[in-house]
Amino acid sequence: MKERSGNITRKLPAAITLVLIAVLWELLCISGAVPAYMLPSPVAVVKAFIQDFPTLMFHAATTLQEAAWGLLTGILLAFVMATLMDRFMILERAWYPLMIITQTIPTIAIAPLLVLWMGFGMAPKITLVVITTFFPIAVGLLDGYRSVDQDAVSLMRAMGANRVQIFRHVKFPSALGHFFAGLKISASYAVVGAVISEWLGGFEGLGVYMTRVKKAYAFDKMFAVIFLIVIISLLLMALVNLLRDLAMPWTAGRDE
Amino acid sequence: MSLLEAKHITKGYDGRTIIQDISIHLETGELISLLGLSGSGKTTLFQVLSGLTRPEEGEVFLDGREITGKPGAVSYMLQKDLLLPHKKVIDNVSLPLVLKGMKKKDAREVADRFFAEFGLDGYQDKYPDRMSGGMRQRAAFLRTYLSTMVQTDDVPGLDTAALAGADPGGAGRNPAAHGAALLDEPFSALDTITKGQLHTWYLEMMQRIRLSTIFITHDIDEAILLSDRIYLMTGRPGVIDHEIRILPPREQRKEFNLTQAFLAYKKQIIQILGTAESA
Repeated sequence: MKERSGNITRKLPAAITLVLIAVLWELLCISGAVPAYMLPSPVAVVKAFIQDFPTLMFHAATTLQEAAWGLLTGILLAFVMATLMDRFMILERAWYPLMIITQTIPTIAIAPLLVLWMGFGMAPKITLVVITTFFPIAVGLLDGYRSVDQDAVSLMRAMGANRVQIFRHVKFPSALGHFFAGLKISASYAVVGAVISEWLGGFEGLGVYMTRVKKAYAFDKMFAVIFLIVIISLLLMALVNLLRDLAMPWTAGRDE
Repeated sequence: MSLLEAKHITKGYDGRTIIQDISIHLETGELISLLGLSGSGKTTLFQVLSGLTRPEEGEVFLDGREITGKPGAVSYMLQKDLLLPHKKVIDNVSLPLVLKGMKKKDAREVADRFFAEFGLDGYQDKYPDRMSGGMRQRAAFLRTYLSTMVQTDDVPGLDTAALAGADPGGAGRNPAAHGAALLDEPFSALDTITKGQLHTWYLEMMQRIRLSTIFITHDIDEAILLSDRIYLMTGRPGVIDHEIRILPPREQRKEFNLTQAFLAYKKQIIQILGTAESA
């Protein structure tokens, strides 16, 4: 209980700042300094959000599915790659530069190509999410594996442990913290990645809806979508924190 | 036959010899110390004895069985306690049993019987970072001890039945187990009082659980107080050129450090190490 109230006090400054910005924004709109068609007032955005809620949810469902499948595949890919790269030096030499290169490719540039190759369905979106999300997780895991105390590995060997046992009892658990740090970044990338890929073609999804309202110059609706994307990303990151606390009970509630 | 014996061990890294032609032996029930200046290769010798590294020359025998380069035969407790932060104390301690194929639940059960004896009762389900330095060290001892109970590397099919009957008195001890432990500066990170308490406690435990120990120390007083014999390691590459037997039986060493005999030992050791250093 004590921790919780401490938590609220700590978050208070951020909340107040947010409210202040909203108020300032609203005042700016009411005063007429910025025309309404260029920047909708917060009140208008909230109205649009409520009015559009069913439509938003419909599109959000698609985007979330893409983000989730992409993220899950990304995690799996990252785990397999990082573990193999840690185990076989040669694979690390072979793959690491490739991994870096995938991260330098501008997402916007390959998204249309992916659509061209894979059609307008979910496949190109999921692929893009995989490309953007696997990297932070893979790097996190690799760092984690390397951060292992070599003396702990020696001790395990002295106790007669084989490679798999060393991995299971020492290496993997010590990499978990790094893994979740990477996952947190990836979770926020996942939604944004899905939305960006939807901009470039598709039938449903928040990105598709966004381009549609943009063409109609319905900026209040556009802001409502942005608002929703922010909320979804925050919720996903909170979910990652929750999962981390469940997976690492020995550190639960110690940091942040 | 010695419990643990190393013959003519030579080992180096990157073309530099670290230890040269070292032979030592540990008898059942003995506690011996390796005392020497930093860099004389004590830890390297332990790595060879534990099988973690293979020497260029020489062999290691446990109970007459060759174990050169075979880890898992002799228990090795490293300088740090190395309790895994992500495992509860009981799982840390019972890890050597799990590694030898025992089910987690059974391993916990065996380990649990020793908690009171090792002064760890009530900490079974805590994580190691909740314990003091002395407690962590005792937990590391318990883990080392449990790993001596499963020093059955070459014996196919661990005799879990014998282990399940194991009790703190040692009566039900797995007969295949020998109980040789290598401890690398186990007490060095502790304050003087805790250190003293742990000394007494360790000597008591050793007798009760019939453990034979070789330990590395920089602390001359500690070596004289605890050991049956002291090997002095000097030089680069490290060699063992002196072996000192501490005569009064270990049980009669209460306040031994206040006697003339103690000081004579200490003087002798300092002299040897000092001459070696200046040479």
